[in-house]
Amino acid sequence: MASLRDIKNRITSTKKTSQITNAMQMVSASKLSRAEINAKAFVPYMEKVQDVVASIAAGSDNTSHPMMVARPVAKTAYLVITSDRGLVGGYNANILRKVMNRIRERHTSKDEYVILSVGRKGTEFFQKQEMTILESSIGLSDHPTFAEIKEIARKAVGMFSDGTYDEVYMYYNHFVSAISQEVTEKKLLPLSNIESTGSTASYEFDPSAEAILEVLLPQYAESLIFGAVLDGKASEHAASMTAMKSATDNASDLINGLTLSYNRARQAAITQEITEIVGGAAALE
Amino acid sequence: MKTITVNIVTPDGPVYDSEVSMIIAVTATGEMGVLPGHIPTVAPLGIGAVRLKKENSTELVAVNGGFLEIRPDKATILAQSAELAADIDIARAQESAKRAEGLLQAKKDGVDFKRAELSLKRAMNRINVYEGNV
Repeated sequence: MASLRDIKNRITSTKKTSQITNAMQMVSASKLSRAEINAKAFVPYMEKVQDVVASIAAGSDNTSHPMMVARPVAKTAYLVITSDRGLVGGYNANILRKVMNRIRERHTSKDEYVILSVGRKGTEFFQKQEMTILESSIGLSDHPTFAEIKEIARKAVGMFSDGTYDEVYMYYNHFVSAISQEVTEKKLLPLSNIESTGSTASYEFDPSAEAILEVLLPQYAESLIFGAVLDGKASEHAASMTAMKSATDNASDLINGLTLSYNRARQAAITQEITEIVGGAAALE
Repeated sequence: MKTITVNIVTPDGPVYDSEVSMIIAVTATGEMGVLPGHIPTVAPLGIGAVRLKKENSTELVAVNGGFLEIRPDKATILAQSAELAADIDIARAQESAKRAEGLLQAKKDGVDFKRAELSLKRAMNRINVYEGNV
């Protein structure tokens, strides 16, 4: 049985750990509420872009743009959004598992797909698997602005347009609630099923519907990526909050158990001491 | 006086929302003035200043890319970035103008001229809007 001092040391160190995890939980909670605000701020933009794209697509049947046309698939790109740091529970593992399963189902050789990675965890993972990473973005801030992801979004869309790959799937954790996040797979390109969220008006196009699509579709695809990153970030903070909460809970369970055995050991020591004294006194009589 | 509602929205959130009497924007085909009651139109925007005329004042917004969607009583500008004159970080704009100019003049290989040019254009646009000389 561990000595009194050993137990005491463990209690103190566990307490310190729980203080840290508790603080991290509160930090994540406040980051989460900001991430939710950011995600909300983005909604009007997304809805508007979607509306206009939908009304153009619906208005002119003969309008087609390379980004909307499915072509024979020689190469698939997987855009995977993970976090930069750990301590977020199953956040990264869930996404990566899903991606790996998909890849195994769909492909037999490594030449058939490429990876676009946002987040250090994913990038490191795919490097270890020796997969082709065409583009990676590490070090996003906790509350990314559009400017931060513009670069990778532009490249992801650009490489589809120039034929580097023929379809793009996007993987990220969708924020459902503070305790639940869902791994989501979304086909990004070619664009399909653009649904309108509101009433569609018939527009005049200046100079032409084609020219508008030329500007609009890349912007639409980029904003889809940005939306996913924001969603992923909110999930990341939520996952981190949950993970830290359960770590804190575990620590306090541990501390309770340890305190119990500390008290037992203390009581045992006292009892033994008394027995020895009594025994000693009896021997003198 | 008749007015039209203008919304300027970027991925980072709404930037502007107000009633104005006239909008002047730089579209891909040239400058375009929009008055209340305009026919529904969509036009892509370049890098430039959007002028929003009110009764007796004009507000300037530096807009980068995106497009303009007009309905008779409402206009929406969807831009990748947009800043009101008062919100422009002038030091940053001057810094990036200098950097882009340096890149363009260096004429080195491996420099993405198109990007440097765009970056210069954006910076100049911000500076112009900030100083109000559009």
